[in-house]
Amino acid sequence: MAKVKKKIKTIKIDLDKCNGCRACEAICSAFHATPKYSSNNPARSRIRMIRDPLRDVYVPVYAGEYTAAECMGRDKYIIDGKEYDECGFCRASCPSRDAFKEPDSGLPLKCDMCEDDPPLDKPLCVKWCLNDALIYEEREEEVEEDIKAEDVQIGLESMVDKYGMEKVMDTIVRMSQKD
Amino acid sequence: MRYAETGYNLEIDLATGNVERVETDPRLTELHLGGLGTNAKMIWDRVPADVKPFDAENLLIFSSGLLCGTPAPGANRTIVSAYSPQTELFGYSMMGGFWAPELKYAGYDKVVLRNKSPNLVYIWINNDKVEIRDASHLKGKGAVETAELIKKEINDPGAQVAAIGLAGENRVFMASIEQGRSSASRLGLGAVMGDKGVKAIAVRGTKDVNLAKPAEFVKLCEEVLDYIKLREENPVPGVMPILAGLGSPQEMKHIDEKWHTENFMWGNSRVRRKDFWTKEIAEKWKDVQLNVRTRLISCYNCPMKCGAIISVPGISTYMMKCFSKLTYAMAAFVDDLDFGFRIAQRATEYGVDGFSVPQAMAFGFELREEGILGEEYFEGCPSDNEGKFYWMLDRLVRREGIGDILADGTYWASKKIGNGAEKFAHNNIKKHEQLPLKLGMLNPVYYLMYATGEKINITQIEGQFPQSPFPTMEEREAFIKDWIQCPDDKFKKYLLDWELRGEFANPTYPTPEIASDIVDWQEMIHYFDDALGICAGLSSFPLKPPYHIHNFPKIISAGTGMELDEEGLKEIYKRNRNLVRSLNVRRGMRRADEVPPEDHWKKRFPELEQKLLDTYYEMKGWDNDGIPKKESLERLGLDYVAEDFEKRGIIKNG
Ligand code: SF4
Ligand code: SF4
Ligand code: SF4
Repeated sequence: MAKVKKKIKTIKIDLDKCNGCRACEAICSAFHATPKYSSNNPARSRIRMIRDPLRDVYVPVYAGEYTAAECMGRDKYIIDGKEYDECGFCRASCPSRDAFKEPDSGLPLKCDMCEDDPPLDKPLCVKWCLNDALIYEEREEEVEEDIKAEDVQIGLESMVDKYGMEKVMDTIVRMSQKD
Repeated sequence: MRYAETGYNLEIDLATGNVERVETDPRLTELHLGGLGTNAKMIWDRVPADVKPFDAENLLIFSSGLLCGTPAPGANRTIVSAYSPQTELFGYSMMGGFWAPELKYAGYDKVVLRNKSPNLVYIWINNDKVEIRDASHLKGKGAVETAELIKKEINDPGAQVAAIGLAGENRVFMASIEQGRSSASRLGLGAVMGDKGVKAIAVRGTKDVNLAKPAEFVKLCEEVLDYIKLREENPVPGVMPILAGLGSPQEMKHIDEKWHTENFMWGNSRVRRKDFWTKEIAEKWKDVQLNVRTRLISCYNCPMKCGAIISVPGISTYMMKCFSKLTYAMAAFVDDLDFGFRIAQRATEYGVDGFSVPQAMAFGFELREEGILGEEYFEGCPSDNEGKFYWMLDRLVRREGIGDILADGTYWASKKIGNGAEKFAHNNIKKHEQLPLKLGMLNPVYYLMYATGEKINITQIEGQFPQSPFPTMEEREAFIKDWIQCPDDKFKKYLLDWELRGEFANPTYPTPEIASDIVDWQEMIHYFDDALGICAGLSSFPLKPPYHIHNFPKIISAGTGMELDEEGLKEIYKRNRNLVRSLNVRRGMRRADEVPPEDHWKKRFPELEQKLLDTYYEMKGWDNDGIPKKESLERLGLDYVAEDFEKRGIIKNG
């Protein structure tokens, strides 16, 4: 595959600075509403606060890849004397939890770094986090060109995993038939 | 589609278990915005004037403010309303945290509880699914503990739980409703919740809150955030640290407590300890605070950090807000901050008001010292100050012995005790304990706020205008230069003219007219916040906040789609202000009740004080007894209030 220069966008997360306000969730969901900002619903956000105040667990996690299967591991981490729950750091939209799924359809969500035209100077969750718990970083890198699966494809894959190819095909056929 | 609000309330009849989702009238939003405004309207319409706080007909309303659940920073207040057992007037108490936005996401603007449940229950609102569940296993459990147990039971760590502790169950008049890092503490609404047999309300929502003009709304929110950043980088010079920045008086962040410990009174609001803050105390308190404070935390969608997670070794972790780290220690004369953090943990689990309860306990011990309460009331009471207060707190929330008497607060307790006890309940307004603060010279602005504030408690009325004049003209000029929050340039002149001494100083300046203007401005912003669900810490309370009269109309319009300008918004304020007052007038409140404590200021000026009230009432369009006049009510579309008053003979025809 061809090598191309690509802007790598990363968000550094400083757990110690997070105050658990969920502003990041609020604005992410608003940004991805259609039309943009027309509604707000943290359940649709692509960043999720894993928040357990009494145990001082405050972990913002970005939605990553969709996965059809649950993982094998059920790890517990102890960092600075705090125990983090099994899925605390995981970014996957997986069958075993509700995180990173559209609440209505169950379709997986993924952080897209607030892709926009024209591009934003930084992702909105970073902009709204006045506590600097989220820090945006950009660098150029030579990477192999990959063909990015579109949202629609990811969504369809998850539906196929859930209901089987036949049922999904049937549904699409039914939907496309005009009456 | 409804914007900013969901357009639905949840009505629950606790006697029958009937649950209804009721569509609301959008016209009410135009008239009252939401939150406090529509709560007041509902109580006016539906709760007869003679209903007692613990009658089944008393409604308990949990309302999210109009902007809660939108991206507006700091819009997260739950406004809880009912007739208060302590004042017997309209009680409304606010809490921040995460509950109100979650309610919006579940699809409701308010939860309205009527009648009483025969058994202790909790309510579980999960979007459209609403269950009333048995809570007998939670009886006697702490408020924080209850929230954790319920979250496990319903298996949803994202649920937000508002719960009462033992105090609410036992109808302690100072019982609070605790939630996350916040609580609705004032005026005993936790007791009303306990009386209705509701231990907790858990809520979880995954629905959308819609905006009318989305791009415009978010742009305005970003301006608010930009301003917060600017304000954080530029504290107001020349005022004490807690007034220099935004947020609630960030008790958890600040370690220097010289001002509070030396200016507030200790014990039963009696003793000022002018030299308390020594170097040793400062160092010791700093160590204690930094050791137990695990993290500074915020409410929903707010960059400030007014609360903290407190982990004291040996007791369960809790979240502290506001001022309770000092109130218990100062009431008990314990010079060790560690005690403050420990006893506040127990008090939070019990669910009590951290202002009133320490005062009531100190009052009890003062009566003992004076021989008004005999030793028989204190059997088994330890002799050390710490032990004494734990002992009393346990009794008070259980309503055992002397605790049963003190559980009603100092006003009612002193009546029950008699024998001269009333003289010792010396810090009340309208039957409610005020901050333990006694000052020298009467301050006209504060006089009016203390006397007339419907929220009853002073800390929740002040803001906007500096508390004292700046010594030099340069400082004054610097202050007014970027005072974009001013509704009118006349306030700049008031500030420039205001001196520390002489003719243009307290008590003769601000004059009654000017003092009324200033109070009106401060009240106005509080009424907006309480209707919109915006935190006072970003709006009505601090100097130079990001929200003000000039951006509120734009934000509300963009959020709701309502056409609104400054004049229109001011009308809504006046309507809500008059409706809240009318609720209390209908329950018998009059000028004679609008009296600050006798010794609140050392120097009093009876004539001036009467003039202040006269002028303020006049400006509000109220008669000489503090009753809204017929024409004022009619002008605000409150004709139905005027009619009611006429029928009752409260106002005479014409
Ligand atoms: S906006 Fe920042 S501080 Fe707030 S929850 Fe998100 S990461 Fe934490
Ligand atoms: S970068 Fe953008 S898409 Fe990703 S979580 Fe943040 S706001 Fe959402
Ligand atoms: S300013 Fe403080 S109290 Fe107000 S919403 Fe923000 S964190 Fe909560």
